[in-house]
Amino acid sequence: MTEAAAPGRIDVHDLAVEFPRRGEAPLLAIDGVEFSVSGGEIVSLIGPNGCGKSTILRSIAGLVRPSRGQVLLDGGAIDGPDPRIGLVFQEPRLLPWRTVARNVAYALELAGFPRPVREVRVLELLRRVGLQDSATVLPAQLSGGMRQRAALARALALEPEVLLLDEPFSALDAMTRDRFNLELLRLWGRLRTTIVVVTHSISEAIFLGDRVIVLGARPGRVVADIAVPLSRPRTIDQLDEAAVSATAREIRRHLDLVAA
Amino acid sequence: MRLSTIPSVLGALAVSLLLWKAVVVIGGYPPFILPPPESVLVRLVEAWTDGVMAPHAATTLLEIGLGFAVGSVAALVVGYVLGRSSFVARLISPYLVAAQATPILALAPVLALWFGPGLLSKVVIAALIVFFPVAVSTMVGIRSVDAGLLELARSLRATRRQVVMTLEIPAALPSIFGGLRIGITLAVVGAIVGEWAGAERGLGVLVNLARGSLFDIPLMFATLVTIAAIGVALYLAVVLVERRLVPAR
Repeated sequence: MTEAAAPGRIDVHDLAVEFPRRGEAPLLAIDGVEFSVSGGEIVSLIGPNGCGKSTILRSIAGLVRPSRGQVLLDGGAIDGPDPRIGLVFQEPRLLPWRTVARNVAYALELAGFPRPVREVRVLELLRRVGLQDSATVLPAQLSGGMRQRAALARALALEPEVLLLDEPFSALDAMTRDRFNLELLRLWGRLRTTIVVVTHSISEAIFLGDRVIVLGARPGRVVADIAVPLSRPRTIDQLDEAAVSATAREIRRHLDLVAA
Repeated sequence: MRLSTIPSVLGALAVSLLLWKAVVVIGGYPPFILPPPESVLVRLVEAWTDGVMAPHAATTLLEIGLGFAVGSVAALVVGYVLGRSSFVARLISPYLVAAQATPILALAPVLALWFGPGLLSKVVIAALIVFFPVAVSTMVGIRSVDAGLLELARSLRATRRQVVMTLEIPAALPSIFGGLRIGITLAVVGAIVGEWAGAERGLGVLVNLARGSLFDIPLMFATLVTIAAIGVALYLAVVLVERRLVPAR
């Protein structure tokens, strides 16, 4: 680790995670997963159902204890939830009795920030995700997409070096999803956080990622690590480029091999 | 309480008074079996103005208040533990259910024997009867806390205390208040039952006095009306607190 390297580097070393099962042998969800993400890089994780994509993400987030191997953040082992890592779940997971602003403030509140600081930061965060007009609204009154934006704002509240996204837009329709992915990239353009995003959409994986890591079925492991030959900033039109279809074909080939 | 509920409450009251009067007139019951509503009303006003009712009502109110407070607080703590630890729940649920299945009427004399004819035995009886519904509703409420939200709190490194204060209590509050609403009405029952098992003062005592040595049946009914009114008022008080504490979602 040199001093000059951008913060937010993730090293996943020989990671294996087992889940205990009642009356059965433990379930080996992932085994020998190995990859690295440079600081400020965007990496997409893609794979068939049950390949342990979410388990890998949750290990990086410090929510799952590995049975073997480890995850390093900037060279130091992760051994529990870390404020340098922001997490967006598949569901928004907003507290239904709190307004949007107070949901975003929740992360700051738990971290012990005083109220005046929270108020200023929350306004800024809401503006960033385009929710400044919905601050006093309850989650139930928001669309699914807006709820997920609130969750994103909450994940950014502690100014993390790493943003982990677990199929964050999978519940949204295709068009909303494209727009959200663009917004996410625009946000990344300013924050330059490392992003690891789990997805089951090949085009989304390519559109977002500098690299696409393809995972094999249970127990999950890395079967391919494919660089995306697209420049940044990205536009939706780039998805029509020939290089993209070649990359998509390669990803699909690996996924088919895994499925077979 | 919304303003629009007041006319409907008054309407229901008027209808039941009319029915009462009709039963008295049509059935031709003598006043010592079922006094007409107007004479009960007169006796009620009288008993409140000449100072007969007030000391009894104050005693009973104190018993209800203390019993409800003690029983609810204990139930919140136990209910929380039951909700969080299925091991503890399996361990002590049988005792809770057995205690609940034993009629409080049968227990009251024993408790009066142990805790004397004073305030303490009534508080204990009211607390016991309040305990079960509040504990069960707390347990159910705590168990209903969304696992995803708990994981979110963990990912944000919430302390145990923060999880309780910001997540578990707000999430369980609607269920807890369901139990408290039942509990407050049962606290009234507990206080009266306790008084019947032996007491010198209280609305339960007054009911017995009015029926027995005083043979003042309108006073007996006036006391019953007072008990019912206390029950309704306390129930509404709980609902009001609930409105304040349980946010919309």
